[in-house]
Amino acid sequence: MKRSVIRLENVWKVYKMGDTHVNALQGLHLDIKEGEFLAIMGPSGSGKSTAVNMIGCLDVPTKGRIMLDQHDISRLDESELAQIRGRKIGFIFQQFNLIPTLTALENVTLPMIFQGTGEGERISRAKKLLGLVELGERIYHKPTELSGGQQQRVAIARSLANDPEVILADEPTGNLDSKTGSIVIDFLKRLHKADGKTIIMVTHDAALSRVAERVEFLKDGKIVKSLNNK
Amino acid sequence: MLRDYFNFALGTISHRKLRSWLTMIGIFIGIAAVVALISLGQGFKQAINKEFEKIGTDKLFITAKSGFGAPGTNAAVELVEDDMDVVKRTQGIENIAGYLMVNSKVEFEDEVGFFLVLGMPEGDERRLMQETYNIKIQEGRGLRDSDEFSALITNGYAEKKLLGKNLKLRDKIEVSGKEFTIVGVIPKTGDPEFDRALVLPLDAVREISNEAERIDVILVKVVNVNSISSMAERIKSDLRRARDVKKDEEDFDIQTPEQLLGSFNDILDIVQAVLIGIAAISLLVGGVGIANTMYTAVVERTKEIGIMKSIGAQNRDILLIFLMESGLLGLIGGIIGVVLGFGLSFTVEFIAKSALGINLVEAYFSYSLLFGALAFSFLIGATFGILPARQASLMRPVQALRSK
Repeated sequence: MKRSVIRLENVWKVYKMGDTHVNALQGLHLDIKEGEFLAIMGPSGSGKSTAVNMIGCLDVPTKGRIMLDQHDISRLDESELAQIRGRKIGFIFQQFNLIPTLTALENVTLPMIFQGTGEGERISRAKKLLGLVELGERIYHKPTELSGGQQQRVAIARSLANDPEVILADEPTGNLDSKTGSIVIDFLKRLHKADGKTIIMVTHDAALSRVAERVEFLKDGKIVKSLNNK
Repeated sequence: MLRDYFNFALGTISHRKLRSWLTMIGIFIGIAAVVALISLGQGFKQAINKEFEKIGTDKLFITAKSGFGAPGTNAAVELVEDDMDVVKRTQGIENIAGYLMVNSKVEFEDEVGFFLVLGMPEGDERRLMQETYNIKIQEGRGLRDSDEFSALITNGYAEKKLLGKNLKLRDKIEVSGKEFTIVGVIPKTGDPEFDRALVLPLDAVREISNEAERIDVILVKVVNVNSISSMAERIKSDLRRARDVKKDEEDFDIQTPEQLLGSFNDILDIVQAVLIGIAAISLLVGGVGIANTMYTAVVERTKEIGIMKSIGAQNRDILLIFLMESGLLGLIGGIIGVVLGFGLSFTVEFIAKSALGINLVEAYFSYSLLFGALAFSFLIGATFGILPARQASLMRPVQALRSK
């Protein structure tokens, strides 16, 4: 039995909207094992984004526990969560979310700055990672000078900056055409196979979810179906 | 890490050039004004101090009090030759001189003007005056005891600034109807008042002005520099007795250069403080401009803040990034302001000296003023950036990421 990297135990998230309460998550259980490639699927409004925020330590639940490496993180404050995020989780967003004023290289070094990595190490590591996503020639380009696919590859390199255990990809191909999208997916697969990273991918594309080992279907803030692709 | 945030801030500032420039204008105008005022104020003080040093610390100046008392109590007070005799008899005096200054009509060919005329006494008195006021002769000769209708002209006449004609040696000028021959030219001293004066023998001035007795300033040189304060007291009591006035109701003033300098510096300090206070208001406005720009930046970059938080930035990191940016806006504004400020004060000095002939206007430069102003401008930026930076640092990552 592999060890759990992230485990959500009976997680509730309730948003107050004026007088009404919206239950975005209603007792979500999710156990993500080390080295797993998991896809989370669900229609919009199913609580996917909220689930991603919980898994990515971007938000804390109203009720329930989130265990990261056997530690409950659901009661930590924002700065402690930031520390954990920076070290343990690499984010890949649908909209790439690169800092527009920084070059590709600077974007990739940024997470390392927040962890206090020395400058020399930062730059050599960032160059290596950009080489890995085949952007070694474009490291001094700003995001606006890169295509969508290239930007997403910079984002992949950035997500790997602090060598996190978990890569959390939220609709990583949502803003890409199918050809560049498949390149991005190939990189994710490679990270999973070759580097043993735990990959969590949120998607609404059934075809895409087939690359994952396990697919969890989310509806009304709960898992309604699980599928094992292995 | 701070260095990274510094570079980061520099990148952001240069990315939004126009807005950064507009924001910095507020700071650099303020800093330039403050720096220029301090520089000129300190320079002026130094120049005044130098002037007083030239006079020397062993001199006393006795003048009649100008009529500021209760009506009728001291109207038309003046010092006369008798007073000089009283002072002369006081123990411990090495030398004494009394002189007169009047405004007279000065004519040369068809040019006419009213200017200050200084009546120069004879003998030792003249030598004391020359020493005290550092009067030199550039051309011709100084006044002699035998001179009756001879005149020394100062620079203002020689350079055609006063009478519209270039006066030279042996020219004849008319002062209040009497004809005088120019025998010497006094070089520029930098004291604008003196540089516009005409120097005539005291007796001649008494004759043209009908002032047989009056003395405007009695200049006293004491034997012992250290006893100057007690000498001043002694002369005061002698003069009181001779002029029949009560203590603290004296109708005359005795001042040492140090006293003059002290009161002068006090006034200068107040004037400078008021001016700098006014300039500081513009700095305040500049600071508010920075706060405004930073608030806009925080709103605009909400998404960026969310991204940075999601990749591991703590609240502290975000706070520092924005503080660094606002501080840097202040600092760059400060650098420009310091350059402009010193530039301005040296320009003023140059204009004052070359065009107006005023030697007392001097620009003062020091590294502590330079770096003090720079540190201060950074501080203004950082201070006015605190609230926006705090707002940025406290953003919740989820909400921030969701913003457009």
